[in-house]
Amino acid sequence: MPILGADMVAGTLIAWRKQPGDHVSRGEIIAEVETEKGLIDVEAFVSGVVERLVVEPGATVPTGTVLATIREDAGAPAAPAPEPIPPAPAPGRRARVSPLARKVAEQLGVDPDTLQGTGPGGAVTREDVERAAAAPRPAPAVARPRGRVDLARMRQTIAAAMARAKREIPHYYLAHTIDVQPALAWLAEENARRPVTGRLLYGVLLIKAVALGLREVPELNSVWRGEHAEPSPAVHVGVAISLRGGGLVAPALHDADKRSVGELMHALGDLVQRARTGGLRSSELSDPTITVTSLGEQGVETVFGIVYPPQVAIVGFGKVTERPWVVNGSVVARPLLTVTLSADHRVSDGHRGGLFLSAVDRLLQAPERL
Amino acid sequence: MKTTYREAVRSALRHALRSDPRVFLMGEDVGRYGGTYAVSHGLLDEFGPERVRDTPLSESTFVGAGIGAALAGMRPIVEVMTVNFSLLALDQIVNNAATLRHMSGGQLSVPLVVRMATGGGRQLAAQHSHSLEGWYAHIPGIKVVTPGTPADAHGLLLAALREPDPVFVFEHGYLYPLEGEVDETAGASEIGRALVRRAGGDVTLITYGGSLPKTLEAADRLAADGIDAEVVDLRTLRPLDTATVLASVAKTHRAVIVDEAWRTGSFAAEVSARIMEDGFYDLDAPVQRVCSAEVPLPYARHMEEAALPQPDTIAATARRLVQGRG
Repeated sequence: MPILGADMVAGTLIAWRKQPGDHVSRGEIIAEVETEKGLIDVEAFVSGVVERLVVEPGATVPTGTVLATIREDAGAPAAPAPEPIPPAPAPGRRARVSPLARKVAEQLGVDPDTLQGTGPGGAVTREDVERAAAAPRPAPAVARPRGRVDLARMRQTIAAAMARAKREIPHYYLAHTIDVQPALAWLAEENARRPVTGRLLYGVLLIKAVALGLREVPELNSVWRGEHAEPSPAVHVGVAISLRGGGLVAPALHDADKRSVGELMHALGDLVQRARTGGLRSSELSDPTITVTSLGEQGVETVFGIVYPPQVAIVGFGKVTERPWVVNGSVVARPLLTVTLSADHRVSDGHRGGLFLSAVDRLLQAPERL
Repeated sequence: MKTTYREAVRSALRHALRSDPRVFLMGEDVGRYGGTYAVSHGLLDEFGPERVRDTPLSESTFVGAGIGAALAGMRPIVEVMTVNFSLLALDQIVNNAATLRHMSGGQLSVPLVVRMATGGGRQLAAQHSHSLEGWYAHIPGIKVVTPGTPADAHGLLLAALREPDPVFVFEHGYLYPLEGEVDETAGASEIGRALVRRAGGDVTLITYGGSLPKTLEAADRLAADGIDAEVVDLRTLRPLDTATVLASVAKTHRAVIVDEAWRTGSFAAEVSARIMEDGFYDLDAPVQRVCSAEVPLPYARHMEEAALPQPDTIAATARRLVQGRG
């Protein structure tokens, strides 16, 4: 069971897309898993032949649990299957679950290892299991329509991740105002040339500018590994997408620095669609190396985000507003945009953060090169 | 009819002496003195010195004589003053009484009843206060009964007299003056059968003998806290009625064993092991034991009380088990 979010502890296997004996290629979807982020397609992380499906559909298992085994191509030995991120099971210690609680949990289809125990020594008791089984749960997982998200659970997940971020990450915050007239003018011209279905939103220019800016200040594009940050060679920009009814996800636009704005636009449309209707891929949830959030359309001018662990920075864009601006000594009306950076001070300093925001500004002044 | 435990034993003895000419009673001070615990008071006058016999202070001798009499067709009832003193007769008990049926290929039987006082709580110090009945329960070839009520003191003694093999009856000294309902016409009770003395759904308190009244009192205190305890009285340690214990644990899912003996190697450990073997998947919490402090029982009243299981310690242990850390 892959870890598909910083605070994900368990997931429910909904369906297998492959059967024992099937060949699967790296990146191919092998299973569907339900998490607090909705229904996720789990990709195989090696190529090979599916040997054994270990977990039954409908079962909720902790992250790190082996879901299936795949015999790698070229006769390599069977490896524990699809986990983009190595499992991190609690070493050695078995959860304290009373024998009766374990038996009842099996009957009720509850995973007792994920429960908080109230018995002697914090052990999970039958009552804990029955309470968990009686708690409002999604209708039987298999029958659940794609894309329906358990908002209460998502809220808990967001709460856990954000509380952890504020507890552990010493944030610093920078803001910078950018004149976006050149970018908007270029966009209007470019869109006039494009077919209606291929038109660009200015948000995609911002994402591309962020992705390219990160090449200049690579430490902001890192993953915190407990003791130190590990710069990521690839730039996978997580895009915050709010969901109807509340909650949000920030799946990755992979290799945002290497793709054209046209490709990014297409990918972004697809990502938003799948975030809202279900079908995000496991790699999209586990890969982001930085997050971009934009509340622009809702009408605020500035947004300071909270870093989503294990990332080390988040970039925020406000709404474009027309304001007086000095250009060549004259006060003129210009469309302005405030870009902010919230970043982990353990990894970078305000000086480097400032260089990054300046780079984003500079890149947006030459939109045709994005 | 309400009567004391002491009178209930005496009444059973009288009944046995009256109804079976093969029955006789012997032991230290059982005749002229009327018994160290006054159990046999008046029986010498009623049945005469042939059938109520004072013996020398030699446990090995008079237990051995009882075995011989039983082999010869009598139905002897031997009283040993306390379980501590019975150790002097262990050779006769373990090597003869318990083995002869087996070693003779069933040709011999030893229909012997040995009664003795056990347990503490009466300021009789470390040589008269221990609970060693669990040691006897280790031995195949004998039966071990531990009546905890006047009715059982009566009924189990009569049952012991009907057994073809040696039966050891452990009478807790603390119980002798306690009163209870006894139906003297009820006859022999059943050896090898435990009883639920109080029904409950939250936790099972398993006990026997002298700890039974304390455990029932603990159950009352728990009820005041809203905890519904079931009390199982084992009544017989060998053969042990595991089924009744397991049925109760299957209902409450938690077990506390109250045993006045020392915890290490105790009979409570045996009960716990049986629950583990056959009731593991019914348990919602680890089995707990309330036993005596691992010291020779002190003489000083406050120290002796502190060393023995008490209603408070029993209730506290059960409460912890039911409420967990919540």
